[in-house]
Amino acid sequence: MTTARLYAVPELSLRFVPVWRRHFLVWRKLALPSILGNLADPLIMLFGLGYGLGAVLGDVGGTSYFAFLAGGFVASTTMYAATFESLFSAFSRMHVQRTWEAIVNAPMTLVDVLAGEWAWAATKALAAGVCMLAVVSALGYARLPQALLALPVVVLVGLAFGALGLAINALATGYDFFSYYLTLVLTPMMMLSGVFFPLDQLPALIQATARALPLYHGVELVRPLLAGNPPAAALEHLAVLAAYAAGGFYLATVLTRRRLLK
Amino acid sequence: MNRAALSARGLRKRYEGAEVVCGVDLEVAPGECFGLLGPNGAGKTTTLKLCLGLTDPDAGEVRLLGEPVPSRAREARARVGVVPQFDNLDPDFSVAENLVVYGRYFGQRDADIAARIPQLLEFAGLAGRAESKIQALSGGMKRRLTLARALVNEPQLVFMDEPTTGLDPQARHLIWERLRRLTQQGRTIVLTTHFMEEAERLCNRLAIMDRGRVIAEGSPRALIARHIEAQVVEVHGPGIESWVERARELALRTERAGETVFCYAHDVEPVLASLRGREELVYLHRPANLEDVFLKLTGRDLRG
Repeated sequence: MTTARLYAVPELSLRFVPVWRRHFLVWRKLALPSILGNLADPLIMLFGLGYGLGAVLGDVGGTSYFAFLAGGFVASTTMYAATFESLFSAFSRMHVQRTWEAIVNAPMTLVDVLAGEWAWAATKALAAGVCMLAVVSALGYARLPQALLALPVVVLVGLAFGALGLAINALATGYDFFSYYLTLVLTPMMMLSGVFFPLDQLPALIQATARALPLYHGVELVRPLLAGNPPAAALEHLAVLAAYAAGGFYLATVLTRRRLLK
Repeated sequence: MNRAALSARGLRKRYEGAEVVCGVDLEVAPGECFGLLGPNGAGKTTTLKLCLGLTDPDAGEVRLLGEPVPSRAREARARVGVVPQFDNLDPDFSVAENLVVYGRYFGQRDADIAARIPQLLEFAGLAGRAESKIQALSGGMKRRLTLARALVNEPQLVFMDEPTTGLDPQARHLIWERLRRLTQQGRTIVLTTHFMEEAERLCNRLAIMDRGRVIAEGSPRALIARHIEAQVVEVHGPGIESWVERARELALRTERAGETVFCYAHDVEPVLASLRGREELVYLHRPANLEDVFLKLTGRDLRG
């Protein structure tokens, strides 16, 4: 394909909707195990660390450790939900089941398929965010209805990590490839983004690094919103997340075109 | 004004330095069943992808149902059906759900697709299987469902990439019968195959591809008449070494593949006469077919 077509800015339209509906129909059949699978891990961590470590630590960042951790985990669970969907599930649809191939034989383009995957990853992120929020509220650590304002942020985090995941997916040689991204990128990002502990006491260089990462901005928005407080520098956080989402999707488009249309 | 259902001019496509399609010209008339034949790696599937606008050519032009491809490939594909080489049905869906979900990609409303499902399943020999799971279908049933799925948009032209590879004879004959019905309905079919029998039975016209080029084109009969002698005698057996010199004198052309000698001639009576009384030689006399043309033009070497 010509360089101009390879790097062309993707034309987004509502044509992705049938792709999104396909994924939704599959999910509807497997929804319960899927939700449990997505939430079991973060909830066990939240309870274990929140109550166990919280008893030792006392208050952190001006609130109980459980409340502090809950804000971080709502954001990071969202990140993982979008990531797993755009890595493992998208790869199986692209490579193993050849679902993408079937779709582009219809009057659909690769960009329509990618946009459907992207919107779907954000939907899964929203579903995970809603469930986490429900558990956290039930325990009394979220202030409703103000905490519902965290949900649009959850969608934006989902779009950012869904787009990055799709870019990684375009480079994948197999499922094993994703463990590099998960262990070398996402795990350190979770450590650096203020999920488990506040960043104020860390060296300036590490704080600056954290500010370049999308999850940090998600956490900085979600945590105060759960407590019913307006986040500081909200516009900056939203702008960084939006930039990751848009830039990530453009990158995913170019890399996927290079992989499948060459 | 170009009235062809599909035309390709000077198509070229290069992958990682190697040219896999090297100047292909094709012209398929409306209502025709056109076959693209060739050994593995001849460039058939890449040619189909170029015709559908799924990959961009390095050079050349394609018009599919009057639309320039790839620039208006989406509009062209709206009126085209595709049966891919590899099964890509949705394993999580029932038979009916596969059709509904696929119809949505063409912008169809669920109710309209649902209304057409009985008819599509009847055509595919899957009546009453609407609620079946994909895993419960045999290979032949899956291929027929893929064919039904390709017809969900009432296409004017259907591309089929090796439609009967891996099917048993019953399943293959059923697919052939359905393809004939499609051409009777006035639809154009473009298929790739390496089964010569399939091409000979189904195709009005075909092109033989090898190493990215079309090396022969025409109706199956015309290709046989043009490229090969009418009769063949295949001979093998322990005395073959002593007899092969004789064969070269009696037949117009002979070919050797391992321990078998193929004798081609318009009149093979002298060859048959020399075989009578030679009990140690086993022979088969048959009319020449497309496979003989294919092997003559593309050679007997194994391909990738």
